Amino acid sequence: MLHFRTVKLGTKSLLLHPMRSLLTVLGIFIGVASVIWLLAIGEGISKEAQRQIEDLGAENIIIRSIQPPDESGGNFRQITAFGVTRNESKLINDTISTVKRVLPIRELKQKFAYTGNPNVKPIDGRLVGCTSDYAEVTRLEIDRGHFLTTREVELNRPVCVIAARLADKLFPSEDPLNKQIYLPEKKELFKIVGVLKHRNATAAIGGSLAAQDFSLDIYIPVTTMRARMTDQESKRSGGSFSTKLFELSQITVQVKSADDVPRTAELVEATLRQNDPNRQDISVVVPYELLEQAKTTRLMFMMFMGLIAAISLIVGGIGIMNIMLATVTERTREIGIRRALGGKQRDIVLQFLVETITLSIVGGITGILMGLLCPVAVDVSRWGLEYFAPQLYASLPEVARVMRPTIVPISIPVAFGISVVVGVFFGLYPAVRAAQLDPIEALRHE
Amino acid sequence: MSETSTRMAAVIRDLQKHYVLKSETVRALRGVSFEVPEGDYVAIMGPSGSGKSTLLNLLGCLDQPTHGSFLLGGDDVARMTDDELSTIRASRIGFVFQSYNLIAQLSVVENIEVPLYYMGNLNAESRKRSIELAKMVGLGERLDHRPTQLSGGQQQRVAIARSLVNDPYFILADEATGNLDSVTTEEILALFQRLNDEGKTIIMVTHEDEVAEHAKRVIRLRDGEIQFDKPVEGRKVFTAKQIQEIAHNADVASHGAD
Repeated sequence: MLHFRTVKLGTKSLLLHPMRSLLTVLGIFIGVASVIWLLAIGEGISKEAQRQIEDLGAENIIIRSIQPPDESGGNFRQITAFGVTRNESKLINDTISTVKRVLPIRELKQKFAYTGNPNVKPIDGRLVGCTSDYAEVTRLEIDRGHFLTTREVELNRPVCVIAARLADKLFPSEDPLNKQIYLPEKKELFKIVGVLKHRNATAAIGGSLAAQDFSLDIYIPVTTMRARMTDQESKRSGGSFSTKLFELSQITVQVKSADDVPRTAELVEATLRQNDPNRQDISVVVPYELLEQAKTTRLMFMMFMGLIAAISLIVGGIGIMNIMLATVTERTREIGIRRALGGKQRDIVLQFLVETITLSIVGGITGILMGLLCPVAVDVSRWGLEYFAPQLYASLPEVARVMRPTIVPISIPVAFGISVVVGVFFGLYPAVRAAQLDPIEALRHE
Repeated sequence: MSETSTRMAAVIRDLQKHYVLKSETVRALRGVSFEVPEGDYVAIMGPSGSGKSTLLNLLGCLDQPTHGSFLLGGDDVARMTDDELSTIRASRIGFVFQSYNLIAQLSVVENIEVPLYYMGNLNAESRKRSIELAKMVGLGERLDHRPTQLSGGQQQRVAIARSLVNDPYFILADEATGNLDSVTTEEILALFQRLNDEGKTIIMVTHEDEVAEHAKRVIRLRDGEIQFDKPVEGRKVFTAKQIQEIAHNADVASHGAD
C-alpha cells in the first residue's frame, strides 16, 4: 500500500539534491510543454489555413484564366484571346442545375490617383470588374456607402467601391465617398460609392490562385469595364509593347450546396474543355477539395508534431533513468539499512518509484502550466519581434503573423499521462535494481 | 530449577554456511550450536576469518544457512523466503551497527520509527513510543535533528533506540563501539548494561576484549567452529550510580556541543 510517509520520504530524498532534481524535472517539463506547444501551434496553423480556404468559399468553384507563354516571338500583330469567356460563364450558369450563380470577374493592374489632393501620388492597385454579388461571395464587408448595385452594373455606371487601405492612402484627410478616382492609364474617372472594411488576405493556393490581398482593390461594374476599356489590354514597359486579349480573369461558380461541389466541378471542367481537352489557359480551383486536403495534411502535421514531442519526452525519461541509476548507486548503503531493518524488496521498488513518479509529475504539472502559456508567449514574442526587429517580422510568412495557437484540450491529459508513464517506465529499472541488491553487500558499501 | 523454564531468544543447531567461490567451496561455518536464553548478554569474538561475520549475518536473518536450523521464537528462519525474512527482521531483531547506519533524510524520531514503518505499524501510539525511546537514550530534546547534526555517540544512541522500537527478541550489535572513543564507548556499554538489567537480550560481535568483558558470556569462534563458550570471569559491571553518572555526563556533553 502506498503510504503517505513514502511520498513524504521520496520528496525529502529529492530535496536533498535540489539542483539535480530540478534538472531532472526540467527534462520532463520541456517534454510536456513541447507536446502542448507543438500541438497548439500545429492546430493554430492548420486552423488558419482552413480559415483562409474557407474564405474562398467551400461552396465555390474558381476558374482562373491563365495567360499562355508568349510564342509569337514579340510579334504583336498576332494576338490571340485566352481565358474563360463570357459565353462560357453564361453556359455554366444556364446548363448546370446545381449552380446557384456565376460571378464574372475581370482584373487589371492599374494606377489610381486622386486629383483633389496634389500631395498624394498615384498608387498601384488592382482594378476589379465584377457584379453586385461579388461582395457577398468573397465576404467583403462595407464600411460606408454601399457595394455596387445590380442597377449600377446593368447601366454601366462609372462608379466604384474602394478597399480600406487604398482609401486611407488616397484620402488621408478626406471622406472618400462621392469623390472621383482617376485612372491615369485609362484616362477614366470613377465616383466612389462605397468603402470596404479592412480584411485579412487569403492564402495563395497551389500556384494557380495568387494570394489575394484585397487591400488595394477598386471594384467597378464588369459591364462598365467592358464598355470603357474593351477586352484588349496593352501595356508599355521599358520600350516594349505587350498586348493581352481576354474577356474575364476569373469566374467564381457558386454551387447550391457544398455536397454538390465535386460533381459540379467535374461538369464545369467538362463544359470548359469540351472543345479542347488539353486547354492550358484555364485552371479550376476547388476550395472544397483543398479543404479536404488540408484536413488530411493537418492530421499528418499533428502526428509529426506529436512525434517530435514524444521524442523530447523520451529524452526526458532517459534523463530520469540516468539520475535514478546514479542515485541508487549513491544510496546503496541506505538501501542496505532499509533492507536490514525489515524493508521488503517491493518496499524498496516503491520507494524509488515514488521518487521518479514525483519528479515526472512535478515536471508534468509545471510543463502543463508552461504549455497553457503558449498563446500568450507567442503574442509576446510577436510583439517583441515587431518592436525590435520590424523588418524581420515583416518578412515572416503571413500565417506566422496571424496564426493563433489553439490549445488542443486532449493534449493536457495526454501529456500528463505520458509524463507519469515515462516516470514509471524509466523509474522501474533503477528501482528494481535497487531492490535486488544483496542487503549484506549493500550494508558494506561505502 | 529456573534453567528449564527460561525461554529461548534464539536456538542455533549445527549451523553451517558454505560459499562457492569459483571452483572452491569456502566453509565459513562448520556446524555451530548454541542457545541464547532471554535476558542473556553474549559477546561473540574471534579473529578475522573465523566466521564471525557469517554468523552475524545468519543471526540477523540477512542470509540463510547451508545446513542447520536457527529457531527464532519457535520459527525456523533457515527455511524462509526473502519477504518472510524481511518481516522477521522488522519485528524480531534489533540491529545496532558499527557505523550507526541512520538514514540521512530522516529526523531522530523518524529514524527510530523505520522498523515500525516496514511492519506497517505507524500510528500516534508508535510515535509516542518512539519519542519515549529517544528520551530514554537521552535525546528527548533532539527529536527533529538530522543524523548529521549529532555526534557519533548520539547517533549510536539513536540506533539503539531504533533497535528497541519493535520490542525484539534480541539486540544484535555489530562492533557497536568500534567507531567511538573510550568515553563514548563506556557510555554505550553502560546503556547496554542498563537494557540488559531491564531484561533485554543482547548479542554483540566484537574483537575487543575490554568490550567483551562487559558481557555475561563469551562465545569465541575459530575457523568456523566454536572454540569456547563460557561465562565471563570477572565481568565488568557498572554500578547503578555509575550508569546514572555516565548518562548525566553524556547529557552535559551533548548540551555543551550545542
